[in-house]
Amino acid sequence: MTVAVVRFPGSLDHDSAARAVRTAGGDAAPAWHQDAELPAGTHAVIIPGGFSYGDHLRPGAIASRSPIMGAVRRHAEAGGLVLGICNGFQVLCESGLLPGALRTNASLSFVCRQVELDVADGDTPFTQALIGPLSIPVKNHDGAWYGDPSTARVVLRYRGENPLGAVDSVAGVANGAGNVMGLMPHPEEAVDPLLGSVDGLGLISALVAR
Amino acid sequence: MTRVVVTVMPREGVLDPQGQAVQGALGHLGFDGVDHVRVGKRIELTVHGPEPEAEARRMCEELLANPLIEDFTVTVEGG
Repeated sequence: MTVAVVRFPGSLDHDSAARAVRTAGGDAAPAWHQDAELPAGTHAVIIPGGFSYGDHLRPGAIASRSPIMGAVRRHAEAGGLVLGICNGFQVLCESGLLPGALRTNASLSFVCRQVELDVADGDTPFTQALIGPLSIPVKNHDGAWYGDPSTARVVLRYRGENPLGAVDSVAGVANGAGNVMGLMPHPEEAVDPLLGSVDGLGLISALVAR
Repeated sequence: MTRVVVTVMPREGVLDPQGQAVQGALGHLGFDGVDHVRVGKRIELTVHGPEPEAEARRMCEELLANPLIEDFTVTVEGG
């Protein structure tokens, strides 16, 4: 299965994401922000972390209006899987593919640490094989999800402390159909025992399995 | 050419940690008369075309502001 990894100017984690896809047994294909189409044979899409377009205006705002996002939108509307990680989550919220917005962390600090996540909704293609709690790192400055948790499909929550100040401790949400998901923690950085946890592999494997 | 000033502010009710931090710092400096601080941004556009205000509003709706968390105002300056 081929997973397209979208890259914008300022993306950082595309290589980690591609490596995680290969670790999960899939193929990773790069997609450039100016491309009008996803790579041929794309089954799923990752929008990786970083600081696309320098985080100017709002994180993810300018990236969400780039040409490749038209192709990502069509892929999502056709039922294809799309996973946004960190800045990728911000891009998906800014594009309207996911509900809510990501605000500056309540601490005003860049937060880089391992967090524990509870699976709040195990009925999406991403989460159906997950068993919480998951130990996955966060690393961001603008990761506090803001939205209405009574209408949004919340799939992951921080366990215990709410490290970024998200509404209702939301760490990840999906669209109504469940085929588009975003989360602030970095599952692609938790796929190797050398890094202390392989709890992110399940999410990445979900992209490859379908 | 027309100058248009767009002001984007965090919506009331949305946590504004930057405003809180500034308010705290002002208090530490002895400015004890400050009841509330919010921090936003000002965007200055130099535009041409027949309807600068309406055009700037469309820009705000499509890109410059996120209506979920931000409010905006548009002011056309003389000249």
